Amino acid sequence: MKLYVKYDINLACRIIVQEQLERLGIKYELLEFGEIEISDSVSDESFTELQYSLERYGIEIINNQKSQLVQRIKDTIIEMIYEKDKLPTSTISNYLADKLNLSYGYIANVFSEYTYTSIENFIIIQKIERAKKLIVEDGLTLTEVSYKLNYSSVAYLSAQFKKVTGLTPSMFKRIVDRRRNLNQ
Amino acid sequence: MNSDSSQMRILLAEDDEDDRLFFNDAINELKMNNRLMTFKDGRDLMDYLENPETTLLPHILFLDLNMPCKTGAECLKEIRANPKFKDLTIAIYSTSSSEKDIEETFIGGANIYIKKPNDFSKLKKVIKDVVNMNWQYHTSGLNKETFFLSI
Repeated sequence: MKLYVKYDINLACRIIVQEQLERLGIKYELLEFGEIEISDSVSDESFTELQYSLERYGIEIINNQKSQLVQRIKDTIIEMIYEKDKLPTSTISNYLADKLNLSYGYIANVFSEYTYTSIENFIIIQKIERAKKLIVEDGLTLTEVSYKLNYSSVAYLSAQFKKVTGLTPSMFKRIVDRRRNLNQ
Repeated sequence: MNSDSSQMRILLAEDDEDDRLFFNDAINELKMNNRLMTFKDGRDLMDYLENPETTLLPHILFLDLNMPCKTGAECLKEIRANPKFKDLTIAIYSTSSSEKDIEETFIGGANIYIKKPNDFSKLKKVIKDVVNMNWQYHTSGLNKETFFLSI
């Protein structure tokens, strides 16, 4: 007897990926076109295991060492900004070089090659992103924000906020508030 | 995680043909991998966005405010009323630089307000800066709800 089947490769692959991620207890979100967003950090063992179990189905994790390094640089910077006691006593370039055990020149080159921006600029964007959160979600004043993010003065924080967003912090806050009122 | 994930999909709705060509030049100079689609008015744009066959949504839309058939402001309203487009960054082009206009545009749902510079080389730089900033939002999981850029 011969059976004929028709299959949907896309659906099949999605389900396989989902099953394997769930089996390993990895929190994820499937995005379009083979992108998977992993919300937690994944241990090296789980990653290898995932790679191995997907390989059996001919599914390969595109794993590029440079793009992984970029992710580690980003994670290190974000951790540094979000945990005040993690702020390095040395310069950021020394801190990153020590932590990643690579020369800063190399780190900076790979970073800009993949992100189209510099490490310095990325740090500023992240700090302003954090400032936005503190203003909107925690209702902190600018003075409190500048203290929390180690700015030397409120004026300097305001100037940097304006440079990144084109808006003053007070105009930003007004826009967010009015938008929320509209949506309620 | 294939090549498509690192491609920036850009849309432009602009009725002036010279501006469209110019915009295309500016985008071609970007280092990042991208795909630009242009529309000559708001109705054309909305027909494309609302077509059920359009499954691959753009990352950023540049919208001219003054267009025939359907204005940029009308498009902005329709797009923001549809949750399907909540992750789409909308950049508005305008000749006004009044703070009130800027504020109202952001409240209406725009993420980026571009005051059209008169000079082409400046406009080129602005387009690059905007696409670059959007790339950072797209690749670093920054919060789109509080993404505002006035440039």
